[in-house]
Amino acid sequence: MAVCIAVIAKENYPLYIRSVPTQNELKFHYTVHTSLDVVEEKISAVGKSLGDQRELYLGLLYPTEDYKVYGYVTNSKVKFVIVVDSSNTSLRDNEIRSMFRKLHNTFTDVMCNPFHNPGDTIQSKAFDGIVSGMMVQSG
Amino acid sequence: MMAGSQWELPPELCCRPMAFVALTGLDVVYNAVHRAIWDAFCANRRADRVPISFKVLPGDHEYPKCRTKRTSYEWYIPKGILKTGWMNKHLNLVPALVVLFYELDWDDPQWKEKQSECATKVEIVRTSLQGRNTKVAVVLIQKKTPLPPGEDLVASERAAALCNACDLSGKSLFVLPHTDHLVGYIIRLENAFYEHAQTYYYTEIRRVKSHKEFLNKTTHQLLFVRHQFKIAFFSELKQDTQNALKYYRTAYSLVHELRAHETNMLEIKTMAGFINYKICRLCFQHNTPLDAIAQFRKHIDLCKKKIGSAELAFEHSAWMSKQFQSFGELFDEAIKLGLTAIQTQNPGFYYQQAACYSQERKQLAQQLCQAGASPPSPDPLDTQSGGLDFYGQRPWRQGHQSIDPPDAEKEKTGILALQIKERDVPHSELIIALLSNAVAQFKKYKCPRMKSHLMVLMGEEYYHAKDYTKALKLLDYVMCDYRTERWWGLLTAILTTALRCAYLMASVKDYIIYCMELLGRASTLTEEQKGRIEKNIIKVLMNEVPDSEPECDPASVSAARLLWNDRMALAGSNEFTIEVQDYIPFIQCKAKFLSPSFHVDQPIQLQVFLQADCPHPVSLNKLAVSLSNQEYNQWCVLESSGQDSVSLLPRKTKCFNFSFVAKTEDVGKKIEMTGIEVMLGGDTGRCVFLSWRGAGGDAASTHEALQTSRSSRRWGRGVETRPVLDWHSVIMQHSTMIISRVPKILVQLSHQPPALINEMYCIGLTVKSQEEGVAKDLKLTAGLKPGQDANLGQTTHVTLNGSKVCDDTAPALLPDVPLGDLKPGEKLESCIYVKCVSTAPRVFLFHVAYSIDTTVDGRQIVCKCHKDETVTIETVVPFEVSVKFVSTKFEPLDRVAVDIPFLFMIDIVSSSPWPLLLASSSLQLLTMTSNTPQLQSQLQEVVLQTGECASECFCLRCPPLTNSNTTVATGQYLISWRRKPSSADSPLIQSTVTLPHVILESVPLYIHADLPSYGRVRESLPVRYHIENRTALVQEVEMAVEPSDAFMFSGLKQVRLRILPGSEQQMLYNYYPLMAGYQTLPQLNISLPRCPTTDTHTLRRFLPQRIFVKPQGRQLDDASIAAA
Repeated sequence: MAVCIAVIAKENYPLYIRSVPTQNELKFHYTVHTSLDVVEEKISAVGKSLGDQRELYLGLLYPTEDYKVYGYVTNSKVKFVIVVDSSNTSLRDNEIRSMFRKLHNTFTDVMCNPFHNPGDTIQSKAFDGIVSGMMVQSG
Repeated sequence: MMAGSQWELPPELCCRPMAFVALTGLDVVYNAVHRAIWDAFCANRRADRVPISFKVLPGDHEYPKCRTKRTSYEWYIPKGILKTGWMNKHLNLVPALVVLFYELDWDDPQWKEKQSECATKVEIVRTSLQGRNTKVAVVLIQKKTPLPPGEDLVASERAAALCNACDLSGKSLFVLPHTDHLVGYIIRLENAFYEHAQTYYYTEIRRVKSHKEFLNKTTHQLLFVRHQFKIAFFSELKQDTQNALKYYRTAYSLVHELRAHETNMLEIKTMAGFINYKICRLCFQHNTPLDAIAQFRKHIDLCKKKIGSAELAFEHSAWMSKQFQSFGELFDEAIKLGLTAIQTQNPGFYYQQAACYSQERKQLAQQLCQAGASPPSPDPLDTQSGGLDFYGQRPWRQGHQSIDPPDAEKEKTGILALQIKERDVPHSELIIALLSNAVAQFKKYKCPRMKSHLMVLMGEEYYHAKDYTKALKLLDYVMCDYRTERWWGLLTAILTTALRCAYLMASVKDYIIYCMELLGRASTLTEEQKGRIEKNIIKVLMNEVPDSEPECDPASVSAARLLWNDRMALAGSNEFTIEVQDYIPFIQCKAKFLSPSFHVDQPIQLQVFLQADCPHPVSLNKLAVSLSNQEYNQWCVLESSGQDSVSLLPRKTKCFNFSFVAKTEDVGKKIEMTGIEVMLGGDTGRCVFLSWRGAGGDAASTHEALQTSRSSRRWGRGVETRPVLDWHSVIMQHSTMIISRVPKILVQLSHQPPALINEMYCIGLTVKSQEEGVAKDLKLTAGLKPGQDANLGQTTHVTLNGSKVCDDTAPALLPDVPLGDLKPGEKLESCIYVKCVSTAPRVFLFHVAYSIDTTVDGRQIVCKCHKDETVTIETVVPFEVSVKFVSTKFEPLDRVAVDIPFLFMIDIVSSSPWPLLLASSSLQLLTMTSNTPQLQSQLQEVVLQTGECASECFCLRCPPLTNSNTTVATGQYLISWRRKPSSADSPLIQSTVTLPHVILESVPLYIHADLPSYGRVRESLPVRYHIENRTALVQEVEMAVEPSDAFMFSGLKQVRLRILPGSEQQMLYNYYPLMAGYQTLPQLNISLPRCPTTDTHTLRRFLPQRIFVKPQGRQLDDASIAAA
């Protein structure tokens, strides 16, 4: 399960970041922020070759000593980033994909809310709930 | 040993091993020949030369002693894995080959003596190498060029003798002629040496391998590793890197099979690190970087958890850091040699991880190494030799291999000594160096955010190292990246560190800037924290020392306090101006002109909105707006002092209104806000001016405005419907136009379009004042509106005088025609005449300007007003004139015969929509003359409606030509006309039509007939033909009259006659018509035998063809007819 889940706006500012409370929250912010380098690079590389036919799931962005960072980009260039503990070897690529898909669905629900202004940070309880379900349960 | 260098990899491990060959018998200092030989060996060793490291040694050099060979390993217990001196010994001390240089020619007179001297020298070398497999070779330096092999019998004989004497094989004796081709010989020599060296290392490998059978797995585990390492190293020396890699890999797996416990953990890790380094290095060298990376990952995974002694945990971090660093360096080196790295796999990640472990090392060191402990004496880290015997062992128990330390007390002091040593390590320096390496890499591989992150880490490390200036420099540099990307959490964290630095340096301005942003809306600090910061900022404004930042080192805090006291005591520099535009300050500012334009007779209004984001009210003492015209600045200042200072409540928008009267000179100009300044603090303490460029806004406001516009667009919520002023809905308007006062006059135009070409087209202008005061200095500018087609300017003429037709000097635009003053309600009329010489639509401008006195906000100003009226007028051609030449028989002529009358017809078709009055017309002839006594216009006072046609006809004759021109100009036709409905005094327009040229021809014979206009049946009809000879010759003419059914006739039926030049003959016929109606006259056949070009047909055209014959009248009427 994830230790940090983030939603990043098209303009690369955070719309939502949630990490396990036991660890240094700031560190996850930095991890997510630096992973955008790879996301940007991947988006621009895909844009050149394939045009519209784009796989939303970007796969493993980069491994650090302690974490694995996965990325996903919606068609409107909103990015999802999931950080997983490196020691968690049981997690398969398929599971990560399905986590992203679930996240995307919930995100779509948030966007469908007529009271939500796209570009504002996400403050939805339903979204929170789904994200919590995907996070490592500590304690 | 240096503190930091304990973890450095030994240079003999990192270098590329090359076969070691010792050269003896060379005197490179005093002997020039020897020097040249030595230079040829060592200079210019490019990659294409064999990898050998040469060394010049004296002939009697003592090589390291070879220990006596062990015959059995049965009772042998190894003391460690690898001796520290071993690699160096084989790289630099024990040669694979010793070469003895000796000057000896084959024909040397003292051959015998020299031979034995040489043999002695060889013997000395051999003795020194006792027990080693090192080869010995002899090189004879000869002055003469050798003969081809086999030819010099003496040479081969003596060579054999020398080999025998020195106990050398023939392959080990070389000859080096000291001639021109020295380098060539040297290269051949060193290739031969290389072969010898390879054989040597091969035997060494065999020798080490042969030990294996004597070893057992229980006591000799260390030897397994050692032997594999040695075989691999010898393979490298032999340049057999594939096998070297294989043996290193075996060694690596063996090293992890060793029984690890706390006492030998360091040794195992050290050796594992060495072997791993070698493997990675060879993988990169073999261009298999993925193998290198995989090996390194495996290495890290295996060793990560092997921390060893908990009291020396920092050692493990230091070792880990070094592993990453050296792998990063290997990677980087491979890239320099042509490997391509990618964004997600580049040396930067390894440097970064190395830095990470160094940070961990620092933390562990801080935890484990208590300050104040005194170093034990004697120092347990000292060894007799000054170094260690084996890699990775403890100095106080070298060679000890059992699980428990031999002496617990010694172990304790040893650990303590290591901890004390660790205390002095400049950790921050190491971390910063690694981070900056990583930054350089990430910059190269397009990771701007990673780079920023590492720079933050560097800044923080500088902060820990108390180098606040450098820390601030780095943090300042990256702050703006986080601000533009709107990562507020990270920005707040960086600002917090920066604020600490600024506090500890007592840098007042920086301190205020960071406080401001931490209080601002982008900061993620809690209200409580913000409250504390706000209290501090107020203190600084009062010129007091702020409270210390939390989490600062107490010693630094007290130093900082002293600094602050000094700062506060210092007079002057109490004013700061802070450009806040690029930050997100705690006071937000937006300003707007209430309208994008103001009339000069209206006061200009602008509003400044301020909002404070800090938790407590903040008071400001001055608010000033600077405008592009600084004269207005005085009206846009709000100053207050002491008690009545303006207070901004948290998150409440406050609006300040300013208004001023624009100057009349500024009409048509733009007024911009160039800046807004808010002063915090006061005269008693410190003044801080927050300054915004333009109309306010800061680093975050653009995005906020965008978000607001999105939401309001969706909900249709306007500002009007909200009871409370919403900050986000305030839209900045940074400039306004000053435009002239609205004119209160009416300008009306009356005219009858379209205009006709050349006519004096009259446009009536009525100006009516609706002003309350007197409109002074009315001025009219009328005419063609500038900016149209340039040709129009030349074909349009405007004048005020309509009584006569204006000429070409009249301008296209009449500027500034004074019209006098106009009292309220008065009306003024005027006419403007326009003459257009070409057809085209034209835009005419009527610009009425005047000035008027008015009052704005109690100020008397003179306003200039103007009203523009434009009208588009089409110009059309009034009539078309067409002309034609016809004969007297009304037959169209394409050429005109000389001196023979013809008719000239003119048609005028009106195309004007208005009736035209043709006053008169006249024909001005050039060569032609009129056939009638005077030419009188037939069109006087004719009025033509649209589409109507007027025609004129003149009978003309062309006199005989004086020159030979066959075409002549006819002349001009002049028409005077004007528009019919216009008043009688409007001038007549003279239009001139240039008439076409006509082609002339001369005829030799002219014939014409006199006959009555009609005949009557059965009544005589006399016809007289006149035949003129127009040539200078006598013409013979044959004439015949053809019979006709309609006539009888009398006269000469056929005649032949002569006509003298210029004279005329007459022929009289009496025709007697037989039938009524139009009758063809009897045909006259004429031929000129002398002039064959002229025949009957050409002459016949001058003659009438038909005549009308009336029927026979009744008798009764005869009288009346006769009377008629």
